[in-house]
Amino acid sequence: METKVPLFGKTLSELQELVAGYKLPKFTAKQLADWLYKKEISSIDEMSNLSKKARELLNTHHTFGLIDPSDTKISTDGTKKYLFPTQHGKFIETAMIPFKDRKTVCVSSQVGCKMGCLFCMTGKQGFQGQLTAGEIVNQVRNIPEREDITNIVYMGMGEPFDNLDEVLKSVEILTSEWGFAMSPRRITVSSIGIIPGLIRFLNECEAHLAISLHTPFHEERQQLMPVQIAYPLEQIIEHIKEWDFSGQRRISFEYIVFGGLNDTPEHVKALINMLRGIKCRVNLIRFHPIPGTPLQGTDEETLQEFKDALNNKGILTTIRASRGLDIYAACGLLSTKALVNKPA
Amino acid sequence: MSTPPTELFKTTLTRHEEISPGVFVVGFIRKHDFIPGQAIKLGIDEINPPRIYSICSGNQDDELCVLFNIKEDGFLTPKLARMCAGDTVYVSPPYGTFFGTEHPAWWIATGTGIAPFRSMLASGMGQNKKLVHGVRHLNQFYFGNEFTDGLGENYFRCCSAKPMEGVLHGRVTPFLESRTDFSRDWKYYICGQASMAVEVRDLLISKGIPFANIITEIYF
Repeated sequence: METKVPLFGKTLSELQELVAGYKLPKFTAKQLADWLYKKEISSIDEMSNLSKKARELLNTHHTFGLIDPSDTKISTDGTKKYLFPTQHGKFIETAMIPFKDRKTVCVSSQVGCKMGCLFCMTGKQGFQGQLTAGEIVNQVRNIPEREDITNIVYMGMGEPFDNLDEVLKSVEILTSEWGFAMSPRRITVSSIGIIPGLIRFLNECEAHLAISLHTPFHEERQQLMPVQIAYPLEQIIEHIKEWDFSGQRRISFEYIVFGGLNDTPEHVKALINMLRGIKCRVNLIRFHPIPGTPLQGTDEETLQEFKDALNNKGILTTIRASRGLDIYAACGLLSTKALVNKPA
Repeated sequence: MSTPPTELFKTTLTRHEEISPGVFVVGFIRKHDFIPGQAIKLGIDEINPPRIYSICSGNQDDELCVLFNIKEDGFLTPKLARMCAGDTVYVSPPYGTFFGTEHPAWWIATGTGIAPFRSMLASGMGQNKKLVHGVRHLNQFYFGNEFTDGLGENYFRCCSAKPMEGVLHGRVTPFLESRTDFSRDWKYYICGQASMAVEVRDLLISKGIPFANIITEIYF
């Protein structure tokens, strides 16, 4: 039996190719994009300006493609964590983080992760598969807060640059006039810095970039993040220095602060040297201990001193509020390991 | 060089050998020194992106070789598998910091993750080393004879599919879990797929090994 292909998640050019293949009028592609990304419908039958024949044809080979969350957890601070099944019987998590007048959605780009960072829950479940652009955008489109979303961050499960084709397609859908028409300045893609992906992302996408830095020292980063062996931070920084971030596009560096490990004055000094000449900001993140990790968080006083030391040297540094800690929605805590072998 | 080189140079394959079904060693004349454990980028043309492969040859060998298996849905390896000695490939100078040393160490690998340890062994780093290699099938103990000769009783083989004399039946992690001879001062090199690497790393940490002594190379 033919597996029906979801329409949701296709770019305009893919839709144009699709309608050409079905010998439908060219303008059908734009109509489809409107129905998929601009209107509140969830079935092909509701595409009322398409001919009956076109709808029948599409229904034969395709689904609309939206996937409902199968579970929702709500934190005492208002953060929500949605569990979505994927097309291939896996599960991913998405966090919706309300803060003041903003609602930020933290989307996943993969089921699990291959990168194996020592401090991350997602890494502990290994890698179970790539998400399609549709599955990524679905995390934005198919939550109750969709109308109020102000920001999207690719900081959920997975390494975006390890699934770059689909990530770029998803950003295209979110930012194109024919799509969700969001500003790329409302979107941040976070990566540990897979260099070929980094170069392509900077060339092909206008969204903000965040790099998981975590320590300026090679050996230490290698212990925390095995990717450092293949794509060292020094090389990542060299590439970033070739780009101009003085305009609206922003580069930020994520820095989880571990007590007694990367929170010393030597780290501050090395960071200042490393980031000299880059117009950037540093986000300090409190470490949320995960089972079996030898790492621990730093104390508040050290965290503040670390922040002040960087700010005093001209590096805009903030401490990210921990949100959704009680439902494991905070940074580094997303995981569907318990569901890896459960049918969706 | 420890950072990934951006420049690839053109060279000719001098070796192209299928050492096990679907698993190949390819090599070319070595033009650069390297530290055992390092990798190269290897591509088949100047257009498509190269992939990273650990070097599996010794640092004094005339040829520089890598080990790979065919990824059915991959772009590069099916094409690379069909090449022959004499064909042109594009390679980078060696790089990476998964450095082998003389320090006492456990080498822990699954599948083709054995490659850097073969390089270390062939470069004379076999003293005070214990190796555990986990595979699914018995014909996947690549370079098994060399490791047997070089490491003797410190070479442990785990096969998850079938038992065989001299081979432990099961995965690497239960084997490691059963060991009581891990020294906190030794180094622990792990090379292979992410899930195994993470699982083994967590296991070692739970046994009291400082994470500073665990060096992990994940095949992305």
